[in-house]
Amino acid sequence: MKQWLLFWTVVLGCLSIYSCDSMLPGARPEDQVLDGPVNGLSPENQKRFLLGDAAFNNDVFTASKGLGPIFVSTSCGSCHAGDGKGTPFSTLTRFGQKDQTGNKYLHLGGPQLQNRAIPGYLPEKIPSGATFSKFTPPANTGLGFLELVSDQEILSMADPLDSNGDGVSGVPSYGTLPAFITAATNAVEKDGKYIHRFGKKAAAYNLLHQTVNAYSQDIGISSVFSPKDIYHGQDIDPEISSQTIYDVVFYLQTLKAPTPRNTGNAQVQQGKQTFIDIGCEGCHRQTLKTGNSPIASLSNQTFHPYTDLLLHDVGPELDDGYTEGSATSAEWRTPPLWGLGLSPRSQGGKYFLMHDGRATSVRAAILMHGGEGQRSRDRFENLTSSDQNKLIQFLESL
Amino acid sequence: MRHFLFLIFLLYIPVCLHAQSDTSFFFSRVKQDSSKLKLNMDAVYDRPFLQMGKMPVALGGYLEANSSYFSSDGVSDGLSFQIPRLTVFMSATIRQRIKFMTEIEFEEGGKEVNIEFAALDIELHPLLNLRGGVIMNPIGSFNQNHDGPKWEFVDRPISSTTIIPSTWSNVGFGLFGKIARKNWVWAYEAYLSNGFNDQIIDNTENRTWFPAVKLNTDRFEESFNGTPLKTAKMAIRHRKIAELGVSWMNGVYNKFQNDGIRLDHKRYLNFLALDVNTTLRSKTIINGEWVWAWVDIPSTYSQQFGNRQQGGFIDIVQPIIKGRILGWSESVINVAGRGEYADYNIGSFAENNARIADHIYGASLALSFRPAPQTVIRANYRYQWQTDFLGNPATRTGGIQLGFSTYF
Repeated sequence: MKQWLLFWTVVLGCLSIYSCDSMLPGARPEDQVLDGPVNGLSPENQKRFLLGDAAFNNDVFTASKGLGPIFVSTSCGSCHAGDGKGTPFSTLTRFGQKDQTGNKYLHLGGPQLQNRAIPGYLPEKIPSGATFSKFTPPANTGLGFLELVSDQEILSMADPLDSNGDGVSGVPSYGTLPAFITAATNAVEKDGKYIHRFGKKAAAYNLLHQTVNAYSQDIGISSVFSPKDIYHGQDIDPEISSQTIYDVVFYLQTLKAPTPRNTGNAQVQQGKQTFIDIGCEGCHRQTLKTGNSPIASLSNQTFHPYTDLLLHDVGPELDDGYTEGSATSAEWRTPPLWGLGLSPRSQGGKYFLMHDGRATSVRAAILMHGGEGQRSRDRFENLTSSDQNKLIQFLESL
Repeated sequence: MRHFLFLIFLLYIPVCLHAQSDTSFFFSRVKQDSSKLKLNMDAVYDRPFLQMGKMPVALGGYLEANSSYFSSDGVSDGLSFQIPRLTVFMSATIRQRIKFMTEIEFEEGGKEVNIEFAALDIELHPLLNLRGGVIMNPIGSFNQNHDGPKWEFVDRPISSTTIIPSTWSNVGFGLFGKIARKNWVWAYEAYLSNGFNDQIIDNTENRTWFPAVKLNTDRFEESFNGTPLKTAKMAIRHRKIAELGVSWMNGVYNKFQNDGIRLDHKRYLNFLALDVNTTLRSKTIINGEWVWAWVDIPSTYSQQFGNRQQGGFIDIVQPIIKGRILGWSESVINVAGRGEYADYNIGSFAENNARIADHIYGASLALSFRPAPQTVIRANYRYQWQTDFLGNPATRTGGIQLGFSTYF
């Protein structure tokens, strides 16, 4: 009897193992996750993507690896969980610049507040009299596409004098290139300055610029590109290899664009039409094109980020009195809306929208628009509740 | 992949059928006295030693080997084979009431070699024994009673290895004692030893991670900060009811001074653990442990490094067939289940008072066959949900493990 029980136990055990694939957790649907490479990468590029992925998401900096001594975060992935947006925990603070004349508090730790420190050190505090703003980390998704939008295309969307009378007058952000950055082919130069496009105030030229700054200012990691220690201001040996930085840049360049969801849903489609009708697309441009790239799946592609990469004055409600580069304190670069609906998946199940996460719902974010966004906001408020919900459904489908 | 696993499971059957042969011609197995009331603290000597003739030295050890196939959110690294540990132990009765015991562990094929235990015990009185050397800090039950062949699960409990950094041993000295009256037995242990260092908050896990202390092999040579780690445990058992243990560990983990210069104040950590085990009339074995940990972490450091942790596990093992199976007279087939939990960061974010997550839930099912008490062949199915510190959707990991663990 016992032998038979043993026999059947073994048989049933074998059968359960044979069906093991169905007992293991499956992959999340492709349109529910932000991470993953663009389609069509060559094997060597996929390998490089994985190297960058590991550096971005798995490299945790410790004191012995160069962390800080003052810092905001211990790794890239801490601020961009799953390559998505950050949370109040990872929201950083910048201070010391009121207008386009530059930052007056660089000697007191500006522009970025390192609000954490390894044991034995004290973190920074905002100097008395300095204005500041908080920046919630953006999603990383599809950044390579945005980097490849030509300056000419960005300029074609600018309308500094609002000549079409729609109340929207986007301007490009011009800045000086750091020594380690080479301007792109066909880059537009104006008085020795170039169009910047990354960051809340569009103060970073490209992803290398953004990445080097993030390692330095967020984690306190020096590199050959930025050798200055953020604590004592002296040049120190690199704490990260240039190769790793290039791998991370490549990773950011080749992260896929978010996949929209429920695109066939009638309400989502109606919401999209409303989005266009009330003028949101004046800044949140649906479609852009990339220029040439050695990576075929990024080269000359049409994509849908819902941004124009320009600076817009969005009114006094969002004016913190702090700015960067050529932006005024009320101007913000139009954030891409793609991936918006997946924000809660990286923000702990909640929404933290606008530049500092102050909006905890899509509706609240819409209602915070002023300045160049005021007209669309008013139109939104005049919509029926049903139409408002359809518009929000559309935004959450992105 | 499925075919591989199927094949492996089939291959284990003849292995288990023929694994047991008589012990060596020269050695005889030391009889364990099963009439005594055993506690977890007795586990160090409660092992199947082999003895040669009348030599006062006994030898033993155990091996664990397994295969595993895991997948996290649909991504798998495939099938792996592991020998997590090969442990050799040796004991000697030097004189009456003077004993020596050592346990040397080779982990992951020799990647790490550790002296897990090497202590001299001198009994002055049953309630007053001196112990010194490399001791296993008696925090919780698993750290004391961790031999692979005693467990129906391939993986060690999460909380016992990631909150309590089992196997956690240090150089130290202390006392222990035990007294039995009728159905009751009471015991205590108290030690001073070297302890933790600042790697528990300076590590690549990006959280307060007590196992990182084991990277500091200097702890067998000198204390990191000159302050001893204090560990104490009290256990009580009733023969017909259960064993209950309460243990506590307290120490300083930071280097608060160097070369006579004060660098910081002493930053303490504390552990409190409860453990319980019992066997019901139905022969169901229940074994559990829960631990709380508190750490003084600078408030200016990242909140990813939590100052409170807790976790535990409960194992329920039910023998379903006992007796002669395939010619082995003491065979047992068990089914078992484990539930476990570990929260690495209890608290809320300073920025918005939202709850910090960083926790893991796990559930395992096991089917084990013990052709002899010293040997277990086990199949496990494991599923766990791990949530990052922000509380984002949990990473789901599931897997199947097949393996054995045996004393020799």
